[in-house]
Amino acid sequence: MSAAAEPLLRVEDLRVSFPTEDGVVHALDGVSYEVARGGTLGIVGESGSGKTVCALSTMGLTRGQGAEVSGRILFQGRDLLALSERQLRSLRGGEIAMIFQDPLSALHPLFKLGAQVAEAVRAHQHVSRAQARARALELLELVAIPEPGQRANAYPHELSGGMRQRGMIAMALANEPKLLIADEPTTALDVTVQAQILALLARLQRELGMAIVIITHDLAMVAEMAQQIAVMYAGRIVEKAPAELLFSAPQHPYTWGLLRSIPTLERPRDERLAAIPGAPPSLIERPSGCHFHPRCPYARPAHARIDPALQPLAGRPQHSVACLLEAPERARIWSELRAGRTPAPAAETASGAKGSDEAAGLTAAQRRR
Amino acid sequence: MTRYIVRRLLWGALLLVLVSALTFLLFRILPTGEPARLRAGRNASPGVVAAIRVDLGLNRSLGEQFWMYMKGIFLHLNLGYSYYSSASVRGLIADRLPATISLTVGAAAIWLLSGLAVGILSAVRRGSKLDRAAMGTALVLISAPEYWLGLIALYLLAADIGRLRVFPGAGSYVGLTSDPWKWLTSLILPWLVLAAGNAAVYARLLRGSMIETLQEDYIRTARAKGLSERRVVLRHGLRTAINPVMTILGLDIGVLLGGAVLVETVFDIPGIGRLNYEAIAHSDFPIVQGTVLLAALFIIVANIVVDIAYAYLDPRVRFS
Amino acid sequence: MSAGAPLVQVRGLVKHFAVTRGIVLKRTVAVVRAVDGVSFEVMPGETLGLVGETGCGKSTTVRLMMRLLEPSAGEVRFDGRDVTHARGAQLKALRREMQMVFQDPYSSLNPRKTVGAIVGEPFAIHHLEPDRAGRRRRVRELLEMVGLSPERYDRYPHEFSGGQRQRIGIARALALGPRLLIADEPVSALDVSIQAQVLNLLRELQSELGLTLVFISHDLSVIRYMCDRVAVMRAGKIVELASNEQLYGAPRAPYTRELLASVPGARRDRRTILG
Repeated sequence: MSAAAEPLLRVEDLRVSFPTEDGVVHALDGVSYEVARGGTLGIVGESGSGKTVCALSTMGLTRGQGAEVSGRILFQGRDLLALSERQLRSLRGGEIAMIFQDPLSALHPLFKLGAQVAEAVRAHQHVSRAQARARALELLELVAIPEPGQRANAYPHELSGGMRQRGMIAMALANEPKLLIADEPTTALDVTVQAQILALLARLQRELGMAIVIITHDLAMVAEMAQQIAVMYAGRIVEKAPAELLFSAPQHPYTWGLLRSIPTLERPRDERLAAIPGAPPSLIERPSGCHFHPRCPYARPAHARIDPALQPLAGRPQHSVACLLEAPERARIWSELRAGRTPAPAAETASGAKGSDEAAGLTAAQRRR
Repeated sequence: MTRYIVRRLLWGALLLVLVSALTFLLFRILPTGEPARLRAGRNASPGVVAAIRVDLGLNRSLGEQFWMYMKGIFLHLNLGYSYYSSASVRGLIADRLPATISLTVGAAAIWLLSGLAVGILSAVRRGSKLDRAAMGTALVLISAPEYWLGLIALYLLAADIGRLRVFPGAGSYVGLTSDPWKWLTSLILPWLVLAAGNAAVYARLLRGSMIETLQEDYIRTARAKGLSERRVVLRHGLRTAINPVMTILGLDIGVLLGGAVLVETVFDIPGIGRLNYEAIAHSDFPIVQGTVLLAALFIIVANIVVDIAYAYLDPRVRFS
Repeated sequence: MSAGAPLVQVRGLVKHFAVTRGIVLKRTVAVVRAVDGVSFEVMPGETLGLVGETGCGKSTTVRLMMRLLEPSAGEVRFDGRDVTHARGAQLKALRREMQMVFQDPYSSLNPRKTVGAIVGEPFAIHHLEPDRAGRRRRVRELLEMVGLSPERYDRYPHEFSGGQRQRIGIARALALGPRLLIADEPVSALDVSIQAQVLNLLRELQSELGLTLVFISHDLSVIRYMCDRVAVMRAGKIVELASNEQLYGAPRAPYTRELLASVPGARRDRRTILG
């Protein structure tokens, strides 16, 4: 791969765990992904998938809480996990910026919006207060806030949800970051405002050449925004692919479950939503082997013992999946599901099934390096 | 915001009127003794008692008496006359007020600064040895009675009777205008004693408030902006965490201005608290009535100031 | 769905909140029209959807329907009986027939009561099933009906997940055998993979028990899945009221079209995305 194609961010085997009163929370269990310069990665997951911890650890924001972090996070070639706190701080809000889910609680309630944006500018640039303030107004205009002068003097609770989120985005853009991490950026907003914010992010990305990582539970949103999608479940990435491939030929049963259980405008009304039974597992006591096996309709007994590794598909290396089912089996099941039929589980031959299960994954002992 | 302030001021004025009426009830209607005789003190001549009767208008209707009383307070600031001390209550209070104010304000400054410092450090280093030691000490100081602390302080450090003769002993208070240096040094021990328990309370309060604040989302945003940890804690965290502390400070000062009896007694400072205590001991009725009204006044004012300050500190409150 | 008398009739429903000024003597200077003249009917057995953005008045409307708030004007009729002016025993009787499921499963259940107590409370309030054993049996039946194990009768809410708590809320709402169930954003606070479970449960219960359902959501896709007819609300008024096919196929009001266009994925080629 040439230097130009070197990804902006490359995460390698990231593991994060926290000690808590109830036990050790294994938030991330060997997560690897890449973000291209100017590209968009969507990380999709529900509560307890570890997606937010993924974002926070990129910025080093998990450090204060007694977290144990291992692996590598390479940003423009530098390993962020090896940096000192001071070096990380110069990156945070500078080349890597983050916006959070609920702008009402993510903005300081007692400082005016303009002051908060100006503070972001002064954190990384040696400018006077007046210059910072002028830059803040520019940024507010950039994110299409009408009457930026007035809004800058308002407190967050005096603004609408959409304005607040635009304000957060303005704050994040203060130092022209190369990477923007957006953690559920539109979940707390109305649908029309959501559309505006997503359009804004897309426009800013084009204008500034910024890479974006969008973290969300909303598959429709990543379908619209992302080029690459990673689906997370219980601290692991279970499937990773370019957007078109993920939706046209999904490989992991969890992905199938998500796609079939989410109502969309296009589905005919009498097509019943196929719910995934059970609930997402706690990260303290995760199921053994494949974390999804208790909820997977196609799981076999061996899946409780073997951890699936995230592996590229034969013939399509940009599409990876962590599943112990064989590729042809998966293709069969998906084509049945797509046609609206319930697939029959394949007959399990003693040797054949076992052999491919072990080929697709490593034993539990091997995983726990 | 102005509407908010005006509303609070009007309420405050109304409260003052109500409180004055209440003191009328407490000191004129309820006591079982004859009002004039109660005020005349012991061993009063009949002439004095008769004069007081006229003064209070006891021969008139209750309504007229009430009106005279309210007029007296609000128009003439007349709080009565103490026959025991042969002085107007207002005069006596005016004499003693500066000492109480000096004591209260100085102690407040000390306990606020020390309480804040300890509270912030404990919150930031939660669970560490420093935190545990600080909170343990705080517990001891809260539990220690003021007069005990005061006597220990005198025993150890007073110039006249102490082991290490560092500070002036009890009874050495002088007014600020007469001798500033002596004024200052004579107040250091009383300040420390009065501040000790309060500093402990504030440290614990701020620690709790700070720990809660530091878990809020906007603190995470501040860190994500790349701000130094110090700025995050002191500017973003403290700004919110300090609000409940400021409101309590206002009330504490309001109450203390009504007289810090224990400390004033131990250190023999001529303040309002002592005045009140002595008046009770000598059954000097008018003084007690006057100091009660004064204390109520301070608390009402403190409440108003605190409400306004809170609205200033937290803009979200202004709409109520 | 038979043609016939509507189960609920709402006519000209209005709710104003006054904005006052003045320091001592307050005078009303402005009025917030949370609900500003809303009229619709709910036919027995159907699912009516109320959809709109924050502040459009959908939650206020259903609370007015149930008399949890007093309307400023207008009337609500349930099965021909006047709800708006009912009092005392009449109101209580009406309340038995309309019940509500709330949005937040974490705050709508009393954390200090066991699940059995929570689901059994309606019986106590309305003086039904005085026999303790009978009540227990009824509660266990209800728990089973919503897909929860009846053995967990004595557990506390915090021992359940969000989706399970929402089921408890549904069981509680169904305890008295209401004819009308109002669901106010029942799945918005749940994980996506759980939402489908609760939505399917509601559909099943509706057909099993012959319920009429009023379903509120801000999510147009969920409304499309659940509702027969849909009312779009904005600023306290109904902007469009149409059948499911009509609303999603050929929306008339510009606001409806704006909402539909804002749904993520709406702009991409519909065939390639999401199967």
